[in-house]
Amino acid sequence: MNDQIRAILKEHGRLAVDVDALADDGDLYQSGMTSHASVNVMLALEGTFDVEFPDRMLRRGVFESVAAIRAAIEELTKDR
Amino acid sequence: MQAQETRSSSVEIVQRLAEEIAGPAADAVDRDARFPTEAIEALKKARMMSALVPREQGGLGCGMIELAAMCEALGQHCASAAMVFAMHHIQVASILRHAMGQPYYQKYVGDLVREQILIASATSEAGIGGEMRTSKCAVAHDGAGRFTLDKDCTTISYGAQADDILFQARRGPDSPPNDQIFVLVRKKDVTLTQKGVWDTLGMRGTCSPPFMLQSKGEDGQIFTTPFSDVASETQVPFSHVLWSNVWLGISMGAVRRARAFVRQQARAKPGTVPPSALRLAEVSSMLQSMRTNAHDVASECEALMKDDEQGTKSLSSIAFALKMNNLKVSSSQMASQIVHHALQICGIMGYKNDSKFSVGRHLRDALSAALMVGNDRILSTNASMLLVLKDD
Repeated sequence: MNDQIRAILKEHGRLAVDVDALADDGDLYQSGMTSHASVNVMLALEGTFDVEFPDRMLRRGVFESVAAIRAAIEELTKDR
Repeated sequence: MQAQETRSSSVEIVQRLAEEIAGPAADAVDRDARFPTEAIEALKKARMMSALVPREQGGLGCGMIELAAMCEALGQHCASAAMVFAMHHIQVASILRHAMGQPYYQKYVGDLVREQILIASATSEAGIGGEMRTSKCAVAHDGAGRFTLDKDCTTISYGAQADDILFQARRGPDSPPNDQIFVLVRKKDVTLTQKGVWDTLGMRGTCSPPFMLQSKGEDGQIFTTPFSDVASETQVPFSHVLWSNVWLGISMGAVRRARAFVRQQARAKPGTVPPSALRLAEVSSMLQSMRTNAHDVASECEALMKDDEQGTKSLSSIAFALKMNNLKVSSSQMASQIVHHALQICGIMGYKNDSKFSVGRHLRDALSAALMVGNDRILSTNASMLLVLKDD
């Protein structure tokens, strides 16, 4: 799953660093992801993983790292 | 109970200052585009620059709701003084919420209470415009605990009159544009070179020309909380709520003149309702919507800011950002519509600058509302957020 998340970040995250060089817990916002780019990342994640993030999850902390994004998607798909 | 009394009496003090000191100077402040010195001095004397500081630390223990009421009171009489007061408190709120774990700021708040310091912000940067979440300038550390930081600012409101300045910059020369820190620099460590003039339609007394800012300080002055958190949890909600209340005040000031005009017409011909009264009824309902919206969001914000984890989560959510942006867009639009209505009611007497029913200053001041952080920019941010929000 981390690879899929990284591929989405590479395409939509507009990071100032190479996504592959970033640790799973590396801060995406400090790496240059803007709020606007994060919306595109959310849309791509919803499309790729066939999930809908509820509004309570639509906040900065949930999308701050590869690990945090993975945890969010796992929470939404755990009952499948 | 005593705390509550202190808070409400603080609002009453500001209401009186607004009427007796800010109001009488407002036309001169506007005409000469000069700083509202007498209003700000009176607010300092009444210890209002530290109104938000908790009572245990020597402040008045006010919250966002009282601050909003103060901005509304000042806005009715002098929009420039109200805006200066609002902008100062956005900075104080940021320090109190995000920097009190730092020794430098524990001491600084003592200075603020004692000296009634006026804090400006230097948010806008040349080449970036109003996008506050992006910086070009970067902190340069000397490796011995001190830094230098220069910023080419397109505007610094009351930069020349302020004591200290709070602003955002990139963390370091290699940081991306949105990896920002927040830092306060002291007057003694700042050189401001004014690069233009502030000759605008309205809000003339905020004295906001462009400046080249050169500063230095110690590393302990840099907030350890990233600017992104300060922005979403404090700067945005405080700005939009306090500004909206300033604009509410401007609208109330204009409608008060319109009401006086209609009453004068009615008294001249008892038994007939003047045609302008219909428009007054209409504007009264608009004003009520605007007031309800501004007060409602202020109450919600204050509740979320009570320092628990759930509140902080809500403040950093997209849903909350949308609500704040909606308040800003709607209040700014309402303000100019309401003042324009007041002008229609007062007619030529409202159009004349030398009439007691003049609403020219109100109209020019209100027109700034849609432009300070442009509504188009905010609406396009909202449009993007609405792509993922579900309203669930």
